[in-house]
Amino acid sequence: MDAVSIFISIAFHGIAFAMVLYLVSVGLSVTMGLMGFVNLAHGVFAAAGGYLMLTLMNGYGVPFPLALAIACLAVAAGSVVLERLLYRRLYGGNELDQVLLSIGLIFMSVATAKFFWGPLPQPMHPPAYLDGQLDLGFRSFPTYRSFLIVSGAVVVSLLWLGLERTRFGMTLRAAVDNHRMAQSIGIDTKRLFTLTFALGSGLAALGGALGAEILAIDPGYALEQLIYFLIVVAVGGLGSIRGPFFAALLVGTADTAFKYLEPELGAFFIYGMTLALLLWRPQGLFGRA
Amino acid sequence: MTDVGAAALETRGLCKNYGALAVANDINFRLERGARHALIGPNGAGKTTFLDLVTGRFPPTAGRILLGGADVTALAQAQRVKRGLARTFQINTLFRGLSVLENVCMATSERLGRAGDLFRPAGSRRDVIDRAYAALERLGLADDAARLVRELPYGRQRLVEIAVALSLEPDVLLLDEPAAGVPSTESGIIIEVIESLPPEIAVLIIEHDMDLVFRLARRLTVLVQGRILVEGTPPEIAANAAVREVYLGERAST
Amino acid sequence: MEHNPPRPAMPVANALRELLWPALRVGSGPGPAPGTSSAVDALRRGHHLRPLEMLPWLVAAAAYFLFPDYLALGAQILLAVLFALSFDLILGYAGIVSLGHAAFFGVGAYAAGLLAANGWSEPLSGLVIAGIAAGLVGLLSGAVILRTRGLTLLMLTLMIAALLQETANKAGAITGGADGLQGMHVAPLLGLFRFDVFGRTAYVYCLAVLFLGWLAARRIVQSPFGRGLIGIRENEDRMRAIGSPVFRRRLVIYGISAALAGIAGGLMAQTTQFVALDALGFERSGVVLIMLILGGVGRLYGAFIGAPLYMILQDGFAQQDPVYWYFWIGLLLVLVVVFARGGVLGLGQRLARRLGWPS
Ligand SMILES: Nc1ncnc2c1ncn2[C@@H]1O[C@H](COP(=O)(O)OP(=O)(O)OP(=O)(O)O)[C@@H](O)[C@H]1O
Ligand SMILES: [Mg+2]
Repeated sequence: MDAVSIFISIAFHGIAFAMVLYLVSVGLSVTMGLMGFVNLAHGVFAAAGGYLMLTLMNGYGVPFPLALAIACLAVAAGSVVLERLLYRRLYGGNELDQVLLSIGLIFMSVATAKFFWGPLPQPMHPPAYLDGQLDLGFRSFPTYRSFLIVSGAVVVSLLWLGLERTRFGMTLRAAVDNHRMAQSIGIDTKRLFTLTFALGSGLAALGGALGAEILAIDPGYALEQLIYFLIVVAVGGLGSIRGPFFAALLVGTADTAFKYLEPELGAFFIYGMTLALLLWRPQGLFGRA
Repeated sequence: MTDVGAAALETRGLCKNYGALAVANDINFRLERGARHALIGPNGAGKTTFLDLVTGRFPPTAGRILLGGADVTALAQAQRVKRGLARTFQINTLFRGLSVLENVCMATSERLGRAGDLFRPAGSRRDVIDRAYAALERLGLADDAARLVRELPYGRQRLVEIAVALSLEPDVLLLDEPAAGVPSTESGIIIEVIESLPPEIAVLIIEHDMDLVFRLARRLTVLVQGRILVEGTPPEIAANAAVREVYLGERAST
Repeated sequence: MEHNPPRPAMPVANALRELLWPALRVGSGPGPAPGTSSAVDALRRGHHLRPLEMLPWLVAAAAYFLFPDYLALGAQILLAVLFALSFDLILGYAGIVSLGHAAFFGVGAYAAGLLAANGWSEPLSGLVIAGIAAGLVGLLSGAVILRTRGLTLLMLTLMIAALLQETANKAGAITGGADGLQGMHVAPLLGLFRFDVFGRTAYVYCLAVLFLGWLAARRIVQSPFGRGLIGIRENEDRMRAIGSPVFRRRLVIYGISAALAGIAGGLMAQTTQFVALDALGFERSGVVLIMLILGGVGRLYGAFIGAPLYMILQDGFAQQDPVYWYFWIGLLLVLVVVFARGGVLGLGQRLARRLGWPS
């Protein structure tokens, strides 16, 4: 392959990976920045989304779009229960307790997944109309990943537009910008937090389900991919909604490039890069000091 | 290393910006040796920030800080303390889960250079413990020595703040609203403690209560929006029209 | 900035005498001096040995005779206690929440393992080198990451461990990569005691090293330096304001803790004669955290309760089904956070208070 097509290939797969990373991570960023909660178990929502969708599709023959929608809504609803029961107690509290709670949830989810679905990754068979290659004339691309990029871009645009235009979005942005002030001008933070949490988990489920073909859904998902999600959030800047998008693009393409060009080094590069970056800017690339 | 004619504490052109907001704006300030000096100004004027800059809690955007004539701008907070600079906080900043005595011991142990010792048990340091206890006795806190700080009433906690700072045996003591939040029935003892501080310590006190300011301070500096508006003796300040307008006017409206 | 590396432990005999002396004096010492208070007295006696502190050692000694078939597991429990104890120094005392403490365990394990696999079969010197290697990695990484706080620090600890694990994984020619490090030869302890299949030597070896580690940790915790760590955990701002070089203090304890963790890792390598990538893994970092939480954080003895509890339960459960084990341990963790902060020791303390016993 010549350099140009290698470049195009890396960019394409990197961006597809970045979409998944962003969808999963944006909720994590907001939970950490706005609610002050280190939710290491955020990947559980992504895994749950993946498992639900794949089970509906593979086991019950539910069509892909419907299965996807049900999975996201179910995870969002389930996360509200968790938020009310557990997370809420620890908002803005002791970091250690938060870490413990989330590790506990991760362990439980890993065991639960193994119990119901076994240790192997769940197969992802895209529907026929998304399978195969998409010929764009100068080159052809895998159809499903093209769909992933386009639908990811659509969701991100809708999300950002919604945050600009809707009342909920404005309140959320105000609260992210100035937590205390939002409270003092009478924003109902309890409801806001619950809604935000549900939105973040729903998006994570979407990312996990859509991305099941890139990040395979298996019992260890929440644990093994955690480091990627954390990297995206830390690089993007805590609490930022757009920062993680650019961080995801950076991490997604860089990781793809290095795994492709220097497979012997594996994930080495991405860890090293994050380490250096956080030392240089502890608040992340797009976070405020 | 310090020259005798120098002020105990001096700032030259001290600035601090938070984004576009100038919280400290070209502050030139002198605290003489043995001074009883008050820093007053409306809420949000930048008084606490000034202390934070002087003690090295935050780096200034520009300007220099001199302690006994020596430039300490580049020194870490801990090193400034070793050079005789101590402060109290506007909001109690103590080890809430430790006893009052342990709170003071922590400071005494730093002061006596014992705090880095890895092997001798802390309990075997009689000098540290006895000194700390003596400090508590002087401030009338001895009866509370064994109690956890978080169990004390707020006014007593304010006293512990002062006890901790005094245990560092400072040359310059910065007090950030020492009587704030204390009911007037209990503030008397705090005022007495401040009045009976050793005369060689230079004291800068931030305070909103004008009666207290006029009682304790022989010199006043008025800070408004990060700038020094005026400085002078209490009668001069009381008579100053600009101060009345900006400061007292704003007080009356809140 | 001036540098203050941790001092080496004083000779054992000396430490023992200093430690036990106050205990021998209990009851015969002078009462509180006139004019001082009970607070002064409490501080002065804080480091005296209480009888209860001997309990773990009695139990460990008794276990050697009572459970001869379980000594191999016993040795692993003892080194897990040491690992958890090292973690308590940074988490419980200095308040550093780390998700990558396995990094130091793993460095120690690989250091001891590589020595033994490459002809250096003497175990004691191998263990010392394991501790030094891990301590150095702790100091180096700490010098870089301890400047940060909160989530960034959490991330960085995770990252350092991930980086080291990836290094061990990719350096397969040296470390054996994903297959693990094999072919170790460990010579008899002191030239006399062969590491036997029943784990007798391993048990006694681990117990002796743990005892020394505990002595050192106890010393440190009760020193002015250790009190200062509690100060940093309780209120860092105040510590700085009284002139404490917070960064240096945290770095020193981070290095010491790393060295102890490395020794625990070295013990594992030498007693099992095998090191795998999971020595550096996230799971191990998580599990040591859980052990400490179960036992109680910041109490020095949490490790002695949490690690055995975890490992004995795990051993029992894992024989039935390891999958369930993770579910129950996860649930337990959630319940501890919600209901029982302070772990077993915390529960005991609360119970004692309710019954009106002095704590
Ligand atoms: N970290 C920060 N970022 C942005 N602005 C800040 C920050 N810290 C302080 N400020 C602002 O600086 C100004 C000065 O604050 P400061 O606490 O120094 O005032 P003060 O004179 O001590 O007020 P008070 O009398 O209420 O104690 C305030 O407007 C405050 O909002
Ligand atoms: Mg103030």
